[in-house]
Amino acid sequence: MKINPQIIKKHGIKTDEYKKIIKLIGREPNMLELGIFSAMWNEHCSYKSSKKYLKTLPTKNNKVIQGPGENAGVIDIEDGDAIVFKIESHNHPSFIEPYQGAATGVGGILRDIFTMGARPIATLNSIHFGDPSHLKTKNLLHGVVSGIGGYGNCMGIPTLGGEVKFNSTYNENILVNAMAVGLVKKNKIFYSKAKGINKSVIYVGSKTGRDGIHGASMASAEFDENTEEKKPTVQVGDPFTEKLLLEACLELMQDDSIISIQDMGAAGLTSSSIEMASKGNLGIEINMNKIPCREENMTPYEMMLSESQERMLLILNAGKEEDARKIFTKWDLDFSVIGKTTDTKNLVLNYNDKEVANLPLSALSTDAPLYDRKWKKSLEIKKIDTPKKFESESLSESLKKILSSPNNSAKNWVWEQYDQTVMGDTIQSPGGDSGVVRIHGKNKAIALTIDSSTDYCLADPITGGKQTVCEAWRNLISVGANPVAITNCLNFGNPEKEIVMGQFVETIDGIKQACQYLNFPVVSGNVSFYNETNNNSISPTPTVGGVGLIKNINNMMTSNFKNVGNFIFIIGKTLGHLYQSEFFKEVMNFNDGPPPKVNLFNEKNNGYAVLDLISKNLAESVHDISSGGILLSLAEMCIRGKIGANINMPKVNLNKHEYFFGEDQSRYIIEVKIGHKKEVEKILKKQSIFYEEIGKTQKDEIYIEKELKININELIELNTNWFKRYIT
Amino acid sequence: MKSSVVVFPGSNCDRDVAVALKKFNIKNQMVWHEESSLPKSDLVVLPGGFSYGDYLRSGCIASKSKIINDVIKHGKNGGLILGICNGFQILIETGLLPGVLLRNKRLRFISKSVFLKVENTNNIFCKNYKKKNIIELPIAHNEGNYFANNYLIQKLEDLNLVAFKYCNQEGKIEKNFNPNGSLNNIAGILNENKNILGMMPHPERFIDPYLSGEDGSNLFKSLLNLYKNEN
Repeated sequence: MKINPQIIKKHGIKTDEYKKIIKLIGREPNMLELGIFSAMWNEHCSYKSSKKYLKTLPTKNNKVIQGPGENAGVIDIEDGDAIVFKIESHNHPSFIEPYQGAATGVGGILRDIFTMGARPIATLNSIHFGDPSHLKTKNLLHGVVSGIGGYGNCMGIPTLGGEVKFNSTYNENILVNAMAVGLVKKNKIFYSKAKGINKSVIYVGSKTGRDGIHGASMASAEFDENTEEKKPTVQVGDPFTEKLLLEACLELMQDDSIISIQDMGAAGLTSSSIEMASKGNLGIEINMNKIPCREENMTPYEMMLSESQERMLLILNAGKEEDARKIFTKWDLDFSVIGKTTDTKNLVLNYNDKEVANLPLSALSTDAPLYDRKWKKSLEIKKIDTPKKFESESLSESLKKILSSPNNSAKNWVWEQYDQTVMGDTIQSPGGDSGVVRIHGKNKAIALTIDSSTDYCLADPITGGKQTVCEAWRNLISVGANPVAITNCLNFGNPEKEIVMGQFVETIDGIKQACQYLNFPVVSGNVSFYNETNNNSISPTPTVGGVGLIKNINNMMTSNFKNVGNFIFIIGKTLGHLYQSEFFKEVMNFNDGPPPKVNLFNEKNNGYAVLDLISKNLAESVHDISSGGILLSLAEMCIRGKIGANINMPKVNLNKHEYFFGEDQSRYIIEVKIGHKKEVEKILKKQSIFYEEIGKTQKDEIYIEKELKININELIELNTNWFKRYIT
Repeated sequence: MKSSVVVFPGSNCDRDVAVALKKFNIKNQMVWHEESSLPKSDLVVLPGGFSYGDYLRSGCIASKSKIINDVIKHGKNGGLILGICNGFQILIETGLLPGVLLRNKRLRFISKSVFLKVENTNNIFCKNYKKKNIIELPIAHNEGNYFANNYLIQKLEDLNLVAFKYCNQEGKIEKNFNPNGSLNNIAGILNENKNILGMMPHPERFIDPYLSGEDGSNLFKSLLNLYKNEN
């Protein structure tokens, strides 16, 4: 087939880019080579629009062992242990085929973890759907949740939490972001950089089929009315094979056979072979006749671009091939020596004894296009009016409305489809502020959270970016963990649009500021652009996955009220910011205005003060105050503990709606025993932390004099009913 | 006491149950599915997971695996067998336990803590539940909906072969507290000789106070007591 402009366009390559290809290789590429360029140069694999800004993120602190650039980030959790973690998007495929899209999203991120030698110990996910009343939403929700469960459950890795959100911005572009976390010995981490020439390149895992061809290019383009036709680009997952692959790889990793290892994810064999060789500054030669194929008569083009799942590429030390083969045969997996490393710095593919492709690796990696795209600053929000008459709304009715709204409803229907307790180390299940998993056989644990704040980011990307990082930070603090590092998944629309690019640039700026200030670096992540259908982009949605360390599991904290008669304290100052709040959105139907400001100084001090109280056993329960403000957080603590609260009216100069529903940042609620009150106040005063005592826990109901009186059972019903009704 | 945990490709609770056995001083060995005979064992554990991907039908392929003939022999000779979750499904497929396990009534995977009433505390596995017979354990399965014909259900009840039933915190056994639609709220059953127990809940996951419960401990302690008494 001769290459013509139409074919080039179909490969997602722009005219300028095609000219660049010719310049780089000094001739026209053949079809196979064009396919390889398209796989490597698309947005998903090349980060060509985002690289410039990603580079500005802080990626180091004294705990970081490996930052961005590898399969996943790695942090030190002491005693020779390290945690490997990363988040990745699978948005486009999940919209086209929700079950398989979500399942393979989980599969892909798990491979990134065990590729580095780590045994996965937890997964989390952040899933965003359109308006619940939108025609597609229910079906997508069912498909995505069962897909995530179907894969993770079979792998035997607990799902420790996440978020499930609804917003009409995702009507035609849902988000499925999956995070995985693994445990490895610090001195047994495996990397993807190839070393040495004439080393065997080995293919292991599933056979290659025709599924997922051009998947990465599909994920680098917007959708239109013909989206359905893209179904064949979605990969099909087989968690059983992945489980075998996991065990086989970890078994092989016991000794020193492996020089480097890379999973075949987006752009399959193409990107894995190129990444390994180019990182090692080597060449690579592959005999395409050796690729294990699922179907007959597959062409090199199909083999190179297939995104069949559950495959890995290994480079082994000389003489280790037979030992390795035994292990993979034992686990009933394909094992094939497909080529070798060379010193040519080229990718050479042979098929039926003929050379079918020969490309300089630099053209595919370091010389790939990079864009400095034009961008526009987000509009500054002018002073706007608050909705009329919000002061006359009843506190009680407002709380009920918020508590039973789709976004604030309990998500048990979702969590219960994920195995949360397999591996026997789950010490805090989904539904709290963070999931907590004990390090197997040890007295320490890690806390995990995943957060996003779409509306805040749309209203003000810089503040929204900061806030998302702070939210993750607070969720870790609330369970008694010392925040260590984050991974992020940046979901945006079409970067060729100046507004979208502006949202991206500004969000990164916000994330950067918060990460820097809090010493909470980004160690891995991924960018998902082109979340757009028929020219409508999603609201900017950075998702942050945070990891924290609990050195002594006896210091783990939970958010359920523990006993009646204890004091309730608010840490942090309440200013009454109602724009973008759940109260304005759910009760007043008002969506304008700026998000609450983020004060990083307060964030850090308040957080460390809370951590101090927890470590001194002075707090009975802790919960951060986020969307929904003080009142929603209190209600959640009551629900989780089945204990009520008697709350005073505020003494400050705010109206009650501002006080109880305002979403000012950097705040926590803590429950304090009577006998600990003095000590707690002493510590807070000493550290100049603003706090208020707002009432006491009591039996059975949440109560504010003359304003509100709701029984716990009613709270629980309100909180669980929406989902139950929606789903049936 | 010596135990063997059989590891099938796709087993994923094999390590968890091995950890539990070790915690309660039961000497354990892992046995690969391609072995043709078991090492000398008092107890054989078929762990949870998705043996052979649960393809065809849960537990079906495992019931035809190489090691299974020796497991069946062990059971028929009166040796102890504990099948948890997928292990229960395998025991059903081998015919060592009667009935079938259908897909959960709502056709969804269910993972949560449930309350159970230990209906029979007069067997080797459940002796230590005599003092406290309302317990809490986690379930995590797709196919735990126990079904059998009336005659068989009656027989299980009459011979007191139902080991566990789903209930509420007070021990009430009602449909509302049945997570998967199983007949008579059955969560686990014994064979007639009471040397084989199959159960959907996971005792190995609740064995220390940090794990939201330790009601699983008594099952392992019961086994250990047996050993102590008899030796």
